Order: sequence, then structure tokens, then C-alpha cells
Amino acid sequence: MEHTDLLVDWSRAQFALTALYHWLFVPLTLGLTFIVAIMETIYVKTGDEKWKTTTKFWMGLLAINFAIGLATGIIMEFEFGTNWSNYSWIVGDIFGAPLAIEGLMAFFMESTFFAVMFFGWDKVSKKMHLTSTWLVALGSNLSALWILVANGWMQHPVGMHFNPDTARNEMQDFWEVFLNPNAVSKFLHTVSSGYVLASLFVLGISAWFLLKKRDTQFARRSIIVASSFGLIASMYLITTGDESAHQVALNQPMKLAAMEGLYDGEKRAGIVAFGVLDASKTIGDTKDPFYFSFEIPGALSFLGYHNLNAFVPGIDDLIYGNKEHGIMSVGEKMQKGKIAVGALTAYKNYKKAGDLTKASRALKTFEANEQYMGYGYLKKPTDAVPSVALSFYSFHTMVGLGSWFLLLFLISLYYSMINEMHKKKWLLYLALFTIPFGYVAQEAGWIVAEAGRQPWAIQDLLPVGMAASNVASTSVMITFWLFAILFTGLLIAEVKIMLKQIKIGPEGH
Amino acid sequence: MDLLTLQEYWWFLVSVIGALFVFMTFVQGGQTLLYRLGRTEDERDLLINSLGRKWELTFTMLVMFGGALFAAFPLFYAVSFGGAYYVWMAILFCFIIQAVAYEYRKKPDNLYGEKFYETLLYINGSLGIFLIGVALGTLFTGGNFVVNSSHLSHWTMQSYGLEALLNPFNVAFGLMLVFLSRMQAGLYFLNSLDAPTVVARIKKVVTVNFVMFLVLFLFVLGMILFSDGLVYDSATGVVSVQSMKFLHSFLDMPLLLVLLLVGVVSLLWGVFIALVKNSEKAIWFTGFGTIVTVTIVMLILGLDNSVYYPSLADMQSSLTIENSSGSHYTLSVMAVVSVLVPVVAGYIFFVWRSMDKTKLTIDEVKSDAHHY
Repeated sequence: MEHTDLLVDWSRAQFALTALYHWLFVPLTLGLTFIVAIMETIYVKTGDEKWKTTTKFWMGLLAINFAIGLATGIIMEFEFGTNWSNYSWIVGDIFGAPLAIEGLMAFFMESTFFAVMFFGWDKVSKKMHLTSTWLVALGSNLSALWILVANGWMQHPVGMHFNPDTARNEMQDFWEVFLNPNAVSKFLHTVSSGYVLASLFVLGISAWFLLKKRDTQFARRSIIVASSFGLIASMYLITTGDESAHQVALNQPMKLAAMEGLYDGEKRAGIVAFGVLDASKTIGDTKDPFYFSFEIPGALSFLGYHNLNAFVPGIDDLIYGNKEHGIMSVGEKMQKGKIAVGALTAYKNYKKAGDLTKASRALKTFEANEQYMGYGYLKKPTDAVPSVALSFYSFHTMVGLGSWFLLLFLISLYYSMINEMHKKKWLLYLALFTIPFGYVAQEAGWIVAEAGRQPWAIQDLLPVGMAASNVASTSVMITFWLFAILFTGLLIAEVKIMLKQIKIGPEGH
Repeated sequence: MDLLTLQEYWWFLVSVIGALFVFMTFVQGGQTLLYRLGRTEDERDLLINSLGRKWELTFTMLVMFGGALFAAFPLFYAVSFGGAYYVWMAILFCFIIQAVAYEYRKKPDNLYGEKFYETLLYINGSLGIFLIGVALGTLFTGGNFVVNSSHLSHWTMQSYGLEALLNPFNVAFGLMLVFLSRMQAGLYFLNSLDAPTVVARIKKVVTVNFVMFLVLFLFVLGMILFSDGLVYDSATGVVSVQSMKFLHSFLDMPLLLVLLLVGVVSLLWGVFIALVKNSEKAIWFTGFGTIVTVTIVMLILGLDNSVYYPSLADMQSSLTIENSSGSHYTLSVMAVVSVLVPVVAGYIFFVWRSMDKTKLTIDEVKSDAHHY
């Protein structure tokens, strides 16, 4: 069943909107739960009440963030059904499992121990309270694990087979789905990005206290924890980012090409450190894709394939094919895909009519072309290309900012170790103003991952156009605007409340 | 385990999770009683804080209900959520607004004021629960969907699910859940608050809501037992109409009938001891009764060749546990995962006990630095 482009666009827009909003809050929760757990551990070990005050202050901010994270989160799960119902059937047999496990394993842990963390200070023992805080951190990170197993599977579907009788993909090997290298690297990269964001948040706000010359002891304690945790997390983030790029190169070459604005594939391909894309560039022409660019030679080959001399296919190679490097053109894949789609229909019809010989012949034809089935639903070869500008700029923004964060943590840790952080006003301002960029980097990362894999809902298997629900596009448009208004209204309230709580400071908690 | 056993097992789990959710909606019921039970600001703060320690569990239970349906019966997930679009979206909006309300209500600089967040809680507790009841009602009355041979579905009405509001059974089901949640909230407060002025107002609330609930419950139960239902042939999958389908199912499975009676009696006993014997422990009986009753009512939909989601547009598109489930492999994997259920239930129980050792008082709420 083909959907109108308008419906698919609105469905995508709504999913993007709700996910981008949700993602404003999740990374902070992922990291801040660990940071408060570390602080509370220091409190329990040392018995120093000041650490308790510090813990409680950051916990208060966590609660404000957590609430809106839940509010924007509940919709994500149900949207697979409401807006992507064909998707829910076609891959639900694999995709539903990690979501259900997420609920059972992670959400209950978070919500149960969250109540102890906030209301249990005088009700349970110190040790049980500390355990609860750690369990909230563990729970939120477990939740990230399962949703990223699901997402990793969409980027690199493994462990399943297509059942022609039910017309859906069915799980064959749970462990293959769970240990999917794409899912593993995605999980590690994403949670470490959350640790980095939370560290930036704590560092920046503490810097504000130092600039205001109030609660300085508290601020210095917080900076030590944030900059050391942030530094370790940043180094880890870069390592896992490298692995993520490697996974993209192996399984989603088109995404990699779009991320780098690479049209003509080459050996020793470079990474564009800075560049401005020429908007008039089209696929297949001979124009330089950049107005200007500064390139690091060989870096992309190395990043993608861990080999300086590796060939990195460009968008043109992937669209038109490249015999030398054994790349099939999208046109050819579409032909094979259409054969698969036709054979599947024929198989069903013959089976219904009771002609088993013809049915089995049709099934053979289908199986021979099955891996290209998704391409059979594309309208033209260039549909297989994601937005290059969106992928390129988000990727480079993310990487650039990530590098800056590492440097910031390094400098901050150094100055706080020699006890001079509070004297370096420029550094304190830098730390404060970096907070919003932490969020920019988060959203950019999400855009690279999700917009970069278009047009696929499931890589090579299911284009978004096939995945959407059969509802009127006006219905989705209405809910889109309702979400936009509601989430924006809640975000403004959240930011106001958060700023007020920061101003009140640790002693008010 | 063979496929049918797994499908039945998963339908049972979905029923239990649904039933636990319905029990936990005492949180929502309580949200609608803020001004009815709390005359002063301190009293309302007490009520909010008592519910505030539990609301996330209810919220999570709803998410879990969705997750379990997705993993075990993906076709239902696709057909109903993608079809009855407006109803599910309205339900979700009612829960989105709940999630921020507790935390933001009392915070300084919260932009919209305390009353605004209390209104959000009221909408969640009334409209949210009513619509969930309507949606559950359609499991009996059906939806306007067609499933094609590739198992892809579409809704045949442009009202995308809102037409369910025109069916008196669905409406009664929704209202029944609202009154049940309010009644249970009263019983929950009896058990967990130490505030004589508030407690003094509870009995009347419980009585009124109980009477309303009972009338609706008898109507709903009567309709379930004596209306026509759909049944499918397990060999061919062909769906047909059977008169008094669920009465037959109960007679075929007398154990379920006995359990239903146990559930109802326990529910009534709880109300009785609360109203007549001034017992504070009533919620345990009523809660247990709710869980058992709802489990059985849900369970009967999936067993004995019943159709659990009839299609009003094309009878043969109707959903059964056999034609809508995940694969044998996935259901097996998830059955293994379900061994975690008792573990989760265990720690929830343990935490609940240690947090609720003593009843909540206004003084405690005031002295706690972090309160809602």
C-alpha cells in the first residue's frame, strides 16, 4: 500500500519533532543520574553533610528534567503504532521485543527507585538510599540500551528472516539482534554522549556560581566531579564515535557519503574539516560539491575502514554503480526489488488458488531477489539519497563540538586541580556558554543517525513511505501542531523552573 | 511450548498487566478528588504527595501494557493504534500532561500557576481514564478496520476511533473505570493518610462512587454475558457470530467463572468493611478484587476461540490471539524474559512496604525538602 508523500512527510515531521524534544531531556538524565550517584557515594563514604547538600541540589534539577523526559517519552513508544502501523506489523516481531524488555527491565526500576531517591532520605537506611540512586542510574541506562538495540537493528537489520506467508520479518536469533555490532556501538556512543552533556551541565552551572561568587565550595566540589567524569566520558565518546562511523561505513555507505558530502568515491578519501556545500550541486554532475573546503587527506578511509588506502564509495558510485569496486547501481537494485515484490504477490495469489507448483516457483524468484525488496518500493534511484546538507552539517557540528568539549574538560580539570578555576573568568564564561552547545551536539547526533539513513525505516528493507499508518495526512498534521504547542509550552515552563531552582541554590534545597 | 499455549500465555500476561494498570488508576481517581477531599492547601498538598509516590508506577504500567501488546500481538498494535488514531492520541495527551504536573505544580516560577497543573491532573484522571475505558470497551464492541492479505490495515471511518464514543457500552465502560478509580482512591487514602479532617470526608466519596460504579458494572457485565459475540474456527480461521458468546465461554471454563466471582466478592468486601467496619485495609481487598476481575474479563476475550477485537467493517478481518500474534520464536524468547516479572513485582512490593511503613502526615510533607 503506497502512501501519499504528504502523509509520509507529516508522519516523519511528527516523529522528528517528538524525538527531538524527547532527546533534549534524555541525555541529561542518563548522565546526571550517574553524577548524583557518584556524589552521594562520596557523601556516604565520608559522612560529610556538604556532599549531601550537593547531591540534593543536582537531584532537584534532575527531577525537573526527568518529569518532562517522561512526558515526551511516552508518546515515542506508542507512535510506532499510531503513525507507523505498517512498520509495526512488518517488523514488530523483532522490534516489539526490545521495547517490551525495556519496559520490564528498565522503566520499573527507574520509577520504583526514583520514589525512594526523592522521598526516602528519612525513610530508608543510607545504604538503601544510595543503592536506589545507583539503580535509577542503572535503570535509565538500561532503558537506553534496549531502545538502542531496537534502533541499531533498524540501521543494520540482523537475526531475522522474511516470512512470505505472514508478509513480515520474523526474529530468528535474539542474541544476534541483541549483540548487533551496530547496536553495541550506538549504545556506548549514545550513553557516553549523555555523560558528557550532564558533565557540561554541572560544570557550566557551577561556573555560574563561581562567577557570582556564591556557594563557591559547593561549586568547586561539583566542578571536580563534573570535569573528571566529563573528561573520561569524552575520551570514551570519541572512541565509540570512531566505532560508530566504522559501522556506518560497513552497513550504510550512502549515509557515510552524505555525512561527508562525498559524491565521487576515492581511495585515501579525506575528511572535510571545514566546508561549505554548494547548494546547486546535483547527483551525477561534475561540479565540486563544496564552495570551499579544508580536507584531512586519507582520514575518511581510515575512519570508515581503519585503512588509509580503502576505497570509500561516493553518492554517485552508489547511485550509478561502480563495477571496479563491485557496487550495484540503485536502478538495478530497484529492478530486482520490483521482481521480488511481484513474485511475492504472485506467490500469494497462486497459493490462494491452490496452484502449489506455480506458488513454489514464484517463491524461488522471490527468494532470489528478496534482499532488494525494499528498493522495489522506491520511485527513482535518487530517492535512495538522504539530505546531504542535513547529514553533512549535523555530522560536522557534532564532531567539532565534541572535540571542544574534551578540551574544555581537560582545561577545567587542570585548573581545578591546581585550585585556580575560580580565578579564570574567561574559563568560567566559556564553561557556562558551552551548555547550550551540548544540546546542539546532541540533536545534531540524532539528526545524523536518523536523517542520514533516509529513505529507510529499516535499512534496505523498508522505506519510510511503506512504513507509515494509513491515516489521513490532516489527522497527523493536527497532532503535529498539538505536540508542537504542548511540548514548547512545557519546555518553556521547564526552563523557567530550572533557572529559578538554580538561582535558589544548594542551600535552599 | 506450542504456539497456541504461548499465545494464551501472552494473552494472560497482557490481561494481568492491564488489570494491574486498572488497579493503579487509583492515582488518577485521587487526582480528581483533590478539591473534594482537600479543603485547604495543606490538605491538597498531602493528597498530591501521597499519590506522587505512586504515579510513576501507574504511568509505567501503561507503557508496559503497550510494550507487551507490541511484542506479543503486533497486529493489534498496528491495527488499533494506527486506526483509532484520535482516541489513542487523546489518551496519550492526557498522560503527557500528567507527567510534568506533579513536579512542576508547586515550583516557583512555573509559568502557568498551581491551578493550571492541578487542571492537568484532573484531565488526566477524568478524561484520560474515561478514554482508556472506551478503548478497552472496543475490545468487545469492535472497531472499523480492514486488514488486507499482507496484514496491512486501514480504518474505514474518517473519525479514526472517535466513533466509539457513540456506543453506549463503550461509554459505560469508560465511566465505570472513572468511578472505580475514584472509589479506589478513597480506599487508598484511608490506608495511607494520617489526617483526620481529610479521612472524615472519604466515606461519602467512596459511597457515591461505589454506587455509580456498581450500576455501570452490572450493565457492562450483563452486556458482556448476554450479547452476541464473535467466534473463530481454529482450523480455517473463519469468524462467525455466536449468541451469548461470553456466557458460553464462562460455562465452558467454570474456573474463570469462579475466579470472576472471587474477584467481585473481594471487591465488594473491601467496600463493605470500609463503609461499615471503618476498616483502613479495605484497599487491599478491593484492589485484589479489581485485579482478579479485570484479569478475567480481559482473559475471556482471548480464550475459547473468541475474537478479542472484532472488525465492524469486515468481520473476517477481526483479530484473535492466533491471527495477530508474534512468531513462535519471539513469543518463546519473551516467555523466557517474563521470568523477570516476579523479580520486578518483588522489588516493587519491597520498596512500597518500606516507603509506606508509616502513614503520611501534613507535617511530614511540609518538612520534606523535596515535595510535590
